[in-house]
Amino acid sequence: MAKKIKIKIKVNGKKVQLIKKTSIRSLLNKLKIPIKMVAIELNKKILDKSKIGKIYVQENDKIEIVHFIGGG
Amino acid sequence: MDNLIIEKKKYKSRLIVGTGKYKNFEECAKAVKISGADIVTVAVRRVNIVDKSKPLLMDYLNPKKINYLPNTAGCFTSEEALRTLRLAREIGGWKLVKLEVLGDKKSLLPDMIETIKSTEVLVKEGFKVMVYCNDDPLMAKRLENSGASAIMPLASPIGSGLGIVNNVNIKIIRKNTKIPLIIDAGIGDAVDAAEAMQLGCDGVLVNTAIANAKKPLLMAEAMKLAVIAGRKSYLSGRISKTIMGKPSSPKKGTI
Repeated sequence: MAKKIKIKIKVNGKKVQLIKKTSIRSLLNKLKIPIKMVAIELNKKILDKSKIGKIYVQENDKIEIVHFIGGG
Repeated sequence: MDNLIIEKKKYKSRLIVGTGKYKNFEECAKAVKISGADIVTVAVRRVNIVDKSKPLLMDYLNPKKINYLPNTAGCFTSEEALRTLRLAREIGGWKLVKLEVLGDKKSLLPDMIETIKSTEVLVKEGFKVMVYCNDDPLMAKRLENSGASAIMPLASPIGSGLGIVNNVNIKIIRKNTKIPLIIDAGIGDAVDAAEAMQLGCDGVLVNTAIANAKKPLLMAEAMKLAVIAGRKSYLSGRISKTIMGKPSSPKKGTI
């Protein structure tokens, strides 16, 4: 059986390991983050949420997932 | 009806409230409701990917029922502020945003050069920008000319509770501007909010004065009433001030 290749990325400053060919959409699903309520940045570029099913994470990617919190 | 109008949209209340510093979201949601505000400011921050048991703001304040105004609170450069608002827009298509670029970590006073630069970029990108600024009539005019949707001069530093420290400048800004003028930051109590409205401002933004009051819910109601009273008082046209007294009862018929 072929061994699944793992890659390391950073999500919101935290190290995360994933198998290769994981899309951003499946990463969010895995983290149980409601896509409707967030915005996603991949290596400082904001992603169009309608396309994140076709964007795959790469080694050393830096992903930021943000939402609204209380503020003045 | 005497509505607050920003970018052709009408709002029932002239009070905008912040959603930070509350004990919990429950208290925040209650205070917002009591205040009658239909715009609330919100901040953009990282999702906690480790602990997902924490409650979310959107569970308590439904963005379909109340207008979220994304804010760049805590940004010290134009770059950070632009990044924050572009992300905010991506969350759910928000175009009306509040820009705040701070220049000094202690006083939290705005950096007006970075603020003007950011306003110009955001306007070009199609944002409707309400801009936090100094109580400087010339800077306020520059912002208006840069295409700001509202100017939001401070009463005094953020969270200071000092109230309006330069009401002459606010009066000059009022005279000079045609776009909505909303006092942002420094309001300490309902009297300050009423004063802002009496000066002819179109609205007031309050966060700390409600959230950190001993009784936040009671203060939320006081703010609501103060803004209404101040507005009505302004529209009524106050009497002129004189040094000497003028009797309220007629002299004729005195015994």
